[in-house]
Amino acid sequence: MPKLYWEDFAPGSVAEYGPRQVTREEIIAFAAEFDPQSFHLDEDAARSSMFGGLAASGWHSCSLLMRIIADGFVVDSSSMGSPGVDEVKWLAPVRPGDRLRVRATVLESRPSHSRREMGLVKFLFEMFNQADVAVMSLRMTSMFGRRMPAASQAAPAHADAQ
Amino acid sequence: MNYFDELRIGDTFVLGSHVFTAEEIKAFAARFDPQAFHVDEEAAVRSHFGGLCASGWHSASVWMRLMVDYRRRFDDERRARGEPAVELGASPGFRDLKWLRPVYAGDTIAYDSEVVELRPSKSRPDWGLLSLRNTGANQNGELVLSFVSTVFIQRRPGREDAA
Repeated sequence: MPKLYWEDFAPGSVAEYGPRQVTREEIIAFAAEFDPQSFHLDEDAARSSMFGGLAASGWHSCSLLMRIIADGFVVDSSSMGSPGVDEVKWLAPVRPGDRLRVRATVLESRPSHSRREMGLVKFLFEMFNQADVAVMSLRMTSMFGRRMPAASQAAPAHADAQ
Repeated sequence: MNYFDELRIGDTFVLGSHVFTAEEIKAFAARFDPQAFHVDEEAAVRSHFGGLCASGWHSASVWMRLMVDYRRRFDDERRARGEPAVELGASPGFRDLKWLRPVYAGDTIAYDSEVVELRPSKSRPDWGLLSLRNTGANQNGELVLSFVSTVFIQRRPGREDAA
């Protein structure tokens, strides 16, 4: 049974997850598979690039954030996935050896109009490195099952007569 | 890709397609998004998705790979014509990412990118900011993914309005 349902994400609540360390090997392996640009693969090439040194792919940063929150709470929740992400800002490079943590703030919560067993939660996720530098911010909506599904919308025909 | 100054709003790049196998979906999810409907076929059948489906970060990361491969082919063509390859830099981020439908095991997703905004960089005069609307569609022509990315791209050296 999930530990967390839609009802457990109160607007304004803040929680922290992680840290998780990212290695040089992981940065290069992700880049080789999904983002084979020289500044994600090769230290010498990265030094003369805009990044000034080897940096993780932004998609790797997103995936690491997902892993940190998955371990932090998503896997233990009634998660039903996500319809999407409003905005991602890659604020600073993620470097080999960085220890990343995620601060999750609940911005909004509302029941689903179309599915009575589901609710939606909008989060701001901020990822920081070991020097407390914000490396990424991500605003997204997640869908969760409700502990107590909303009452059926279909009222009996005689309900108004009482 | 061409220099910033040579790109036009509406230019469209057909990046190619990718088949999401069950093995690949589970391998990505085991590393980054180990929710039951991404890692466990039986649990996925019982979930509201009704079958194993890829992490949204997986379907977005595959866009990046196909874009890098596309650019590499384009760079090779430029070099073959005796023109230098155009450099791309860092990306400040993306917006309006929508996971419109699940990507199920066995789906073939075709990715396209369209130029939607071109803005000279104020802080880096040799660079411009290119925004693309990127989409993925499955084998039935249904959109599964859409987002707007932004990336630094080199301006044409020696252009007339250069400082």
